[in-house]
Amino acid sequence: MTRILTCICCPIGCNIKVELDERRISAISGNGCARGKEYANSECTNPVRNVTSTVITKKGIPLSVKTDRPIPKERMFECVKIINKIVAETPVKTGDIIAENVFGSNIVATKSMD
Amino acid sequence: MRDLAIIGGGPAGMSAAISAYERGIKDVVILERDEHLGGILQQCIHNGFGLHRFNEELTGPEYAERYAKKVMEYGIEVKLNTMVLDVSADKTVTATNEEDGIFSIKAKAIILAMGCRERSKGALNIAGYRPSGIYSAGTAQKLVNMKGYMPGKNVVILGSGDIGLIMARRMTLEGAKVKAVCEIMPYSGGLARNIEQCLNDFDIPLKLSHTVVKIDGKGRLCGVTIAQVDENRKPMPETYEYVECDTLLLSVGLIPENELSKGADISLDKITGGAVVDQNRETSVEGIFACGNVLHVHDLVDFVSEEAEIAGVAAADYIMNNNVEKTAVSIETDGKIRYSVPQKITEKKDVKIYFRASGVFNNVRINVKSNGNVVFSKKKQKITPGEMESIKLKADVFNDAKTLYLELEELL
Repeated sequence: MTRILTCICCPIGCNIKVELDERRISAISGNGCARGKEYANSECTNPVRNVTSTVITKKGIPLSVKTDRPIPKERMFECVKIINKIVAETPVKTGDIIAENVFGSNIVATKSMD
Repeated sequence: MRDLAIIGGGPAGMSAAISAYERGIKDVVILERDEHLGGILQQCIHNGFGLHRFNEELTGPEYAERYAKKVMEYGIEVKLNTMVLDVSADKTVTATNEEDGIFSIKAKAIILAMGCRERSKGALNIAGYRPSGIYSAGTAQKLVNMKGYMPGKNVVILGSGDIGLIMARRMTLEGAKVKAVCEIMPYSGGLARNIEQCLNDFDIPLKLSHTVVKIDGKGRLCGVTIAQVDENRKPMPETYEYVECDTLLLSVGLIPENELSKGADISLDKITGGAVVDQNRETSVEGIFACGNVLHVHDLVDFVSEEAEIAGVAAADYIMNNNVEKTAVSIETDGKIRYSVPQKITEKKDVKIYFRASGVFNNVRINVKSNGNVVFSKKKQKITPGEMESIKLKADVFNDAKTLYLELEELL
């Protein structure tokens, strides 16, 4: 079976062709760089995504956050649900961990707030 | 008299300020109407910024913070909550804020970095009532990401610009149902990666060659009628379809915000909506420069920063009188290439020319001609209007040139 993927690693958006034998990848082509190959591999075996969202702070102002590594794609909705239950303390600095080990990733602040 | 005044503290303004400072101009003031630096990046909480500049994927606020930190570190003066009312050709900026009232700054050079705004519903002429529930994609983005409000539950998005695609994903993850993204053109205006990760990941249909023809609802939006369009972009009545929704997001293009430029009698390019500039991003008024989305709409902030550096360095050189003898080469484009920035060259040095195509073209050669001869040529698999292209020209192509002609040659 052949799968054509649109790479999401950068704005170029290469069309990557993946040849699959049953579930095993036999060939990858069309990727412009090494990251594309890695993406194609992951997309056909265990697709992952980064999630960005906001948590509410005790001040009542939303604080932007992200997963510090990609999580399984099918967990995105659950991840946002967990994020939406968090009430974050302030002050906070970019990179501070807001919640640990959410589907293997930490939720970190992407903004500083006094 | 100040050395350099910069209008706008978004990515373009900050980057221009930093590069002018590093070039040797320490007396710089940034005027910003919002309460913080960073401009639109503050509400762009998604990632994908900075791949070119920093070789990593940052979110908008993270990208902005890197520049804001540097502005602070250098001690560059920043006036927040400050609205610029007027810029005149003699380089006087009139502005107002709560602390200083109305005040004027006369500067040796000015950099325009006001960014752009979204095309609004008024520009679209859709029939129907004027209910609540219709937002520009950027307004919805601000409500969700900065204010913590969800604008609605059942959403139709008109236009497939990147902000619309990003908002389709954001609202879906927050529990809304995005029923469709309608794009009047036969191709998307957004990046391929955003179609993939914002629409395909969530099975949101992208309806190409479709538009919204009617708005239904009096107090609140109840639904929209969508239709397929023919090759002349005329809606076909037999394809009308009613879609129930309480929210319509518009992601139908961005317009450089040049009211202040007009006041200073700066020549504007009808196609880009921004100033006509040379390779230094200097406008038709000597000592006034422009960069970022106020000059032409960019797809990537990385390129905004890059362009702002050019303007910042050039403004610093202008202030320090490092000017060289000027030549004049204008750059013209065939219809397939819609526009180029810069539009003219005044100095014979290596230069990067940015341009955008007017449609989707496969297997093309980008040619640059001077006096009928091809002086530069580059092959390209695919060119789309949604992605800005660039070519690097060597200084020697400007020898004996009066006009450079940029064209797309379609290869068989």
